[in-house]
Amino acid sequence: MAEATPKRRPARWPYLLPLVFIAVLGVVFGKRLADVEKGADPKAIPTVLLNTPAPMLDLPALPNFGDDVTSADLKGRVTLVNFFGSWCVACVAEHPVLMEIARSGEIPIIGVDWRDTPEQGAAWIRRYGNPYTKIGQDPKSRTAIDFGVVAAPESFLIDASGVIRYKQAGIITREDWRDKIRPLIAQLKQ
Amino acid sequence: MITELGHFALALALAVALVQSVLPMIGAARGNGALMDVARPAAFAQFVLVIAAFGALVHAFVTSDFSVVGVYNNSHTLKPLLYKISGVWGNHEGSLLLWITILAVFGAAVAALGRNLPPTLRARTLAVQGMISVGFIAFILFTSNPFLRIDPAPAEGLGLNPILQDPGLAFHPPMLYMGYVGFSIVFAFAVAALIEGRVDATWARWVRPWTLAAWIFLTLGIGLGSWWSYYTLGWGGWWAWDPVENVSFLPWLAGTALLHSAIVVEKREALKSWTVLLALVAFSMSLLGTFLVRSGLLTSPHAFAADPTRGIFVLALLGITIGGSLVLYAIRAPYLEGGGAFAPISREGGLLINNLLLTTCVATVLLGTVYPIITDALDVGKITVGRPYFDAVFVPLMVPLVALMGVGPLLSWKRADVTGALARLKIAAAIVAVVAVSTLAVSGTSLVALGTALGFSMAAWLGISTILEWAERTRIIRAGAFQRVIHLPRAAHGMTVAHFGMAVLIAGITASTAGRQEHIQTMTPGQSVEMAGYTLTFKGVATVPGPNYTANRATIELTRDGRLIDTLQPERRVFRQPPQETTFIRIHTRWFSELYTVLGDPDDNGYVTRFFYEPLVTLIWYGTLLMALGGLISLTDRRYRVGAPRRAVSVAAGMPAPEAAE
Amino acid sequence: MKWTALLFALLVAGAAHAIEPKEMLTDPALEARARDIGRELACVVCQGENIDESGAEIAADMRTLVRQRIVAGESNTQIMAYMVSRYGDYVRLNPRFMPRTYLLWFGPLMILLVGGFVVARRLRREPAEAVPPLTPEEQAALANIHREGNAP
Repeated sequence: MAEATPKRRPARWPYLLPLVFIAVLGVVFGKRLADVEKGADPKAIPTVLLNTPAPMLDLPALPNFGDDVTSADLKGRVTLVNFFGSWCVACVAEHPVLMEIARSGEIPIIGVDWRDTPEQGAAWIRRYGNPYTKIGQDPKSRTAIDFGVVAAPESFLIDASGVIRYKQAGIITREDWRDKIRPLIAQLKQ
Repeated sequence: MITELGHFALALALAVALVQSVLPMIGAARGNGALMDVARPAAFAQFVLVIAAFGALVHAFVTSDFSVVGVYNNSHTLKPLLYKISGVWGNHEGSLLLWITILAVFGAAVAALGRNLPPTLRARTLAVQGMISVGFIAFILFTSNPFLRIDPAPAEGLGLNPILQDPGLAFHPPMLYMGYVGFSIVFAFAVAALIEGRVDATWARWVRPWTLAAWIFLTLGIGLGSWWSYYTLGWGGWWAWDPVENVSFLPWLAGTALLHSAIVVEKREALKSWTVLLALVAFSMSLLGTFLVRSGLLTSPHAFAADPTRGIFVLALLGITIGGSLVLYAIRAPYLEGGGAFAPISREGGLLINNLLLTTCVATVLLGTVYPIITDALDVGKITVGRPYFDAVFVPLMVPLVALMGVGPLLSWKRADVTGALARLKIAAAIVAVVAVSTLAVSGTSLVALGTALGFSMAAWLGISTILEWAERTRIIRAGAFQRVIHLPRAAHGMTVAHFGMAVLIAGITASTAGRQEHIQTMTPGQSVEMAGYTLTFKGVATVPGPNYTANRATIELTRDGRLIDTLQPERRVFRQPPQETTFIRIHTRWFSELYTVLGDPDDNGYVTRFFYEPLVTLIWYGTLLMALGGLISLTDRRYRVGAPRRAVSVAAGMPAPEAAE
Repeated sequence: MKWTALLFALLVAGAAHAIEPKEMLTDPALEARARDIGRELACVVCQGENIDESGAEIAADMRTLVRQRIVAGESNTQIMAYMVSRYGDYVRLNPRFMPRTYLLWFGPLMILLVGGFVVARRLRREPAEAVPPLTPEEQAALANIHREGNAP
């Protein structure tokens, strides 16, 4: 192509625009796909409550499983708040890990029996064991929505001043406990 | 055994597609007729092989061969035959195979009907078509093999989601895919034209029937999907701006723009590079539509199960196809321009603005649909782009477009007289004023009422000016009108019908949105509800068995002025395999309005019932049908009939094959 | 995974459970407000649906909570703000106007303006004004293009 450009030679750059546009879109998709392949869940809704004070807790106890749950239970110590329900299949898979954590005595776990009847919640605890120091009932999702819970199980790590420091959406695996939660607890206890 | 043969046929089809994409291209570049001639038999061979593969999969589904993974996952012996067959494309792997099958059918159609095309153009078009086949067949074979076996074979399948067991949805994907894949032909023509460096009126004529055919199928496919969601999902909605809906709407919008800009190429030899770009975009949007829903990036209740490795393959395929064609476009398109300049007030000026608005629509819907993916990728916080956004940005674009649709057809080519055109629309303007005022008189001056008045005004404006234009063109009230109607080109009739269909559609959307009523309540036998002049009396619920489900069937008597008009029996069905509950809606239609009844769950001592009154809602689908019918009438225009534009022999023979180095 | 399969079944089958009569407020004006809010709130487990259409149980509880807050005297804006403070902007089906949505909201207008500019330039040229003839360089280039591939 001759390089000399006398007057009205048609500009070429506008014809590159569609390509540029698609390339940008391609890069965005590629980045996102790479994220998803690395384990990012496109359906997950990241919590906006991280590093903010935990919502108020004021839940009636599951009958025969201790006292009512209140915000006072969070004061002065690092606590794990776990949302579960007898209807929740994944909670059964998570349960042994919670039992191990409870046995280790490293952190009190407060259970929130979410969208459940007291009878079914209690039967479920009797069947699988009780890792919780206290269990509150949240049949109408009041507390769950306050915490921005999407699906059970979900767990919140709350520091001694009552601030949410970590959220686990879905099952806590042994690896999650070992690699993420336990080190964080140690850090928060200092 | 048949399954393995199907798999083998597909592998063979890949080899044939490779040959089809390479040899004719070389032949066309070197002017080697023998190599170019490979394209047609290759396209036919591919057709036979892919049909064989598809047939093998259909066979596996029909005979309930659960040793095939796809059949096990998606079928069940108790399923009615229709849904055994539609189960073939009710899943990712099978739907891709359907896609390829349609691609092969279209490829063979070009080979069979394109006898009159210049040999190089035909060879190149089929070669590009072959390349698309290579990509897709490879995608199937390497990531989504529908012929995989399980050993040992299970005795029974898992069944197809019962909500998908519906005649509307059985035919929805094939329609949609015929639209998507139809644009692949237009794409192939555009790429071939870019390689040849030549786009002219004849090219526009060759492309037009394929664009029209794809557009008709897509129109019907989208309409069918919307109708299905209206009468199965149980909330009376027909369009939710769901990402999966949007990605089928995108190629439709681009295709509509293409149909209009191609007219300018044909009549004025202008807008060439733009039209070629639209041809590339229409198919790119189709690819996006096929694949975004499979990538796992878009979250929608209707999306296929996601698999990120598939996603990478998809992205590569999209990158090569779309990116490659746009690179070619950037190199060659600057040399395509030419043709006349435009007067602001002229038919081509109107079509240009039509294209501006439609393209903005494409960009807007695309932006809203992928925006959550963009914010996710940039990690700036999750957002949702839902219906309120699309309503807010789409309607303001449609208002000027529809206003223009009323005037545009009255403008003459090159230089038109806008005052003359508007003067001829005096009647339309007067009627619009009456419609607007009377709507406001009935419904007040709230924001909703203003929107309703605007909607009806738009419908009236478009409907009446379309008819006026047709009447004027045929001078319908003068002697000899019949002859003129007969001799008016079919494409002109087609435009009238399609534009009128759009007016009907707008009327339906406006009426059903503004006048919708709902009654949701718990009813015990004997109770009744008054709605839109009807009395709906709940008679009770009975349990009835179905072929693969058990249903709770309510009986609701519909009376008007004490007279029994209809008995509706909506159901809640509990399917055995997979165990799932669905609603079965019953509708009473009177003229164009519908009374829509849904049975809910038992509640205390009665049942929950939901009744909706949807005024003029059926106009939405009649309008869609009219648009498709308009396209069909246009397609039968002698001038455009597939393969018909017989170029003067001297031109065909003497035409050089302009060509650049590879 | 079983859990996701179950969730999916729940979502799809649930479509018809939508809003229940028990949840509804007796005051039609307040109920109408609740519906307005419900149409603006995204269901958090079923992408793309609003909470009024959704059959998910969490959506039902969100509907109830919206109504409780309406009865308690909160404004629509306050209720939306509360939901956003719990779930983030994800729950707004109508994205807020903020830095990260500027492109979303301005995009269509920008496209229209840029496109309008190009179209206007094209239209302003009077038909009488012919397209400028090709420069010698361009003619040479064109001839070149035509020649190259045409070799026998």
